[in-house]
Amino acid sequence: MAIIEARGLARTFKSRKRTVEAVRGVDLTVHDGEIVGFLGPNGAGKTTTLRMLTTLLRPTAGTATVAGADLLANPLDVRKKIGYVPQAIGETMGGTDPSCLVIEELLDQAALYRIGAAEARQRAELLAGQLELTGLEQRLVKTLSGGQRRRLEIALGLVHRPPLVFLDEPTTGLDPQSRSNLWEHISSLRSDLGTTVFLTTHYLEEADVLCDRVFIIDHGVIAAEGTPDQLKRRISGDVVTLRVAGGDHGTDVARKLLADQAVVREVSAADGTLKLTVERGEQALPALLRVLDAADVTLESINLSRPTLDDVFLTLTGRSLRDAPVNHAAGPGASGVPADATAKE
Amino acid sequence: MNFIRDTLLVFRRQERLALRQPAWVIIGLTQPILYLALFGPLLKGLPGASLGGGGNAYRFFVPGLLIQLALFGSTFVGFAIISDWRSGVIERFRVTPVSRLAIMAGRVLRDVVTLVVQAAVLVLVGVAFGLRAPLPAVLIGFVFIMFVAIGLASVSYATGLVVKSEDAFAPLINTVVVPLLLLSGIFLPLTLGPGWLQGIARVSPFRYIIDAMREAYLGHYFNTIMVEGIAVAVGLAVVCLWLGSRVFVQENA
Repeated sequence: MAIIEARGLARTFKSRKRTVEAVRGVDLTVHDGEIVGFLGPNGAGKTTTLRMLTTLLRPTAGTATVAGADLLANPLDVRKKIGYVPQAIGETMGGTDPSCLVIEELLDQAALYRIGAAEARQRAELLAGQLELTGLEQRLVKTLSGGQRRRLEIALGLVHRPPLVFLDEPTTGLDPQSRSNLWEHISSLRSDLGTTVFLTTHYLEEADVLCDRVFIIDHGVIAAEGTPDQLKRRISGDVVTLRVAGGDHGTDVARKLLADQAVVREVSAADGTLKLTVERGEQALPALLRVLDAADVTLESINLSRPTLDDVFLTLTGRSLRDAPVNHAAGPGASGVPADATAKE
Repeated sequence: MNFIRDTLLVFRRQERLALRQPAWVIIGLTQPILYLALFGPLLKGLPGASLGGGGNAYRFFVPGLLIQLALFGSTFVGFAIISDWRSGVIERFRVTPVSRLAIMAGRVLRDVVTLVVQAAVLVLVGVAFGLRAPLPAVLIGFVFIMFVAIGLASVSYATGLVVKSEDAFAPLINTVVVPLLLLSGIFLPLTLGPGWLQGIARVSPFRYIIDAMREAYLGHYFNTIMVEGIAVAVGLAVVCLWLGSRVFVQENA
């Protein structure tokens, strides 16, 4: 069942001098229980789309059903059913008041969803346990570490047990340890509670590790969608690097053998090293090795490298996500980094 | 009703935050008390007739200071909404089913309560300096400044949420408040001034409210000045509430 169904969602901002089409018609379908990643450079329409789906911004065109309610006709019902964790960097922060106690934030949030006091205390305790906040209840928010504060913000988004939660850049600004810790919490949202998660991210490894499916938005439209694997396969296939023993002769034999294989798209040889581009490298490799073995070709080393989501991104949008500027001064197109300069890991 | 429930919820949260830093309530009071102590004695030297009769300078001066307290206390509350917006709290609340109007109304309620507490302290200090006024008059004065606070705080919050920058907010508020303050006859009777000044002063709504409060302090409850004062106070509160609520309930902010 689809928990988000958006058709032609668009948003135009008008200022005195010009009209900016921030989002130009987004079609999205997210199924119950999925963890979906929303990727795009700054200025691509990522945040605008998220703000429309969470009732913070009214679309100028299009329709959407979010968590069973019509976004335009019935935003209040959408609000009751979704959790939203704002992004914690940039102009605005993640939604917690520095002068509040942790427990006050949890109980106030429950009250906003009209949850009774006794039930609210129970849920606060449970959530504190789940998100490793136990013992911090009486601390002021401003005394928390970055990771603790982020976990509190996520806890606030879950107090009313929403079937769908939106996380805007959940791990941006955190150290690597807090980030991977948060990844575990996000995947357990689905495994323990069956929550559908819609997250935006700048980190491709985050999308790769967490997400079942990824949408890439660029210039206000969806440029691609699919599982991380499908997207990677779409662009280039995997690269297998073989180091062959026996000098030029060995390399030559191996090259001819491999070039005849149907799965191999391209072979190039240099200094006793063969570079193959193949479909589904992890499945193709055993068969290729058997062929070489039968011809008595000896290998010194094998390496299989798969394209990263960053490669996908680069192919689709012409820019690297990693190098997309974080400041707001650079609008769409301003990040015209030469593709070849950023393709390297 | 959900709106009232939500307003009280926001009020309790803001009140709790205010009580955590009670210093601000006291800091807000220091200015009017300084005026009372250091400016009040100067008024005693003026002929009683110019202060509207009664021979008690504080019956003239305390209502003015109450309005000053309300004016400054309420117009600067918008600063707090800018930091709440920046911390993401406003956005977080707007995504919940809570009434968006209550996000403003709960804060305004907190500001009104704070103001009445400050006003009570100010009147008591005034009594210590020699203010003599009937109790109903003091209570009527409180009602007047509550209307002023409701109006100004609503507009201040809405303005803060629109400009979203302290750097723009402070000069904007000063530009509006200082002329209104000067044209209201808070410190000295406008009747001392030339005709053109008295003419311009007619545009300041606070002028009518102060005049009505002063009438009350002199024990005159039923006359045209009072009716004008009430009409202006209620009108100001209603118009400002409406303006403020438009910003808070609109879809995009």
